[in-house]
Amino acid sequence: MAEYKITDTIDITDVNCPITFVKTKVALDELDEGEILKVHMNSGEPAQNVPRSLKEEGHEILEFTQNDDGTYDLLVRKAGD
Amino acid sequence: MSFSNEQLERYSRHIILKEVGVKGQKKLLNAKVLIIGAGGLGAPCAMYLAATGVGTIGIADADEVDLSNLQRQIIHATEDVGKPKVQSAKETINKMNPDVTVNTYHEFVSSENIMKIIKDYDFIIDGTDNFPAKFLINDACVMAKKPFCHAGIIRFQGQLMTYVPEKGPCYRCVFKEPPPKDAVPTCKQAGVIGAMGGIIGSLQAMEAIKYITGTGELLTGYLLTFNALKMEFRKIKLPKPNGKCAVCGENPSITELIDYEQAECNGV
Repeated sequence: MAEYKITDTIDITDVNCPITFVKTKVALDELDEGEILKVHMNSGEPAQNVPRSLKEEGHEILEFTQNDDGTYDLLVRKAGD
Repeated sequence: MSFSNEQLERYSRHIILKEVGVKGQKKLLNAKVLIIGAGGLGAPCAMYLAATGVGTIGIADADEVDLSNLQRQIIHATEDVGKPKVQSAKETINKMNPDVTVNTYHEFVSSENIMKIIKDYDFIIDGTDNFPAKFLINDACVMAKKPFCHAGIIRFQGQLMTYVPEKGPCYRCVFKEPPPKDAVPTCKQAGVIGAMGGIIGSLQAMEAIKYITGTGELLTGYLLTFNALKMEFRKIKLPKPNGKCAVCGENPSITELIDYEQAECNGV
């Protein structure tokens, strides 16, 4: 993951759907187009839904990797409005 | 502004919508909508706008809540009978959503006060029940360059259209002038099915939300009619303004607001 410059990181392991995606959107809203957000999330529903919803909104998923503890880290590049 | 955790949860279903999102919800919270008439149309419209999180809602109405209003004016409850409608509406909204500031105008709109009342608002809802008020609201909004959503309901029928300056015809382009007094029955005489206000008033709220968030297509240049008995919606394309309208035309003959004579009707 070192090849990307990460502008902001959020942890959404403490919330449930749909607040997972809501918090991701709020964090992305603070970024400029092209900047990268790292999202730390649980497996299951968040890992299924958050990347898909981000793609539907036109953002670019750069990496989506599972950690040893089962959680996921997502790198997403913000699209323009 | 940033959202509190309560706001993120309250508005989560909006924020996850691509068409609203974080920016749209912020626009809604910063928006100011005036509802003229806290009756059959204004009640559901005000409630949806309040739940939506429109940050400032103005309500203008001179009447008090009457028992005969409650079959359709769902912002008022049995215990509110006798209270000013603006007060009852404000109490309901305060209970629904603490994010909303409610301004009340316990008066009839007239040529004397309407410009001052609409001045600070981004969008106006015509929830009135009579032609003099409808033409007054139209003319004032045209003169003040304010967007508004007209609606009317009677029996099992309803209609609405939206005026946005420079974007399409105004109410007077379409309807010219009020019908002769007593030529058209009022709701008091003709009746109206309660849920009609819910349908058309909610559509007015939808127009306001779309205008504020800049989403989708408004009913500018269209009249939407609904016949509940046939369960038919019709979206009627209106002629483009031809520059000859008495108020929004190139050389308007109406340059001052008119207080038409009011037909008797107690509250749609």
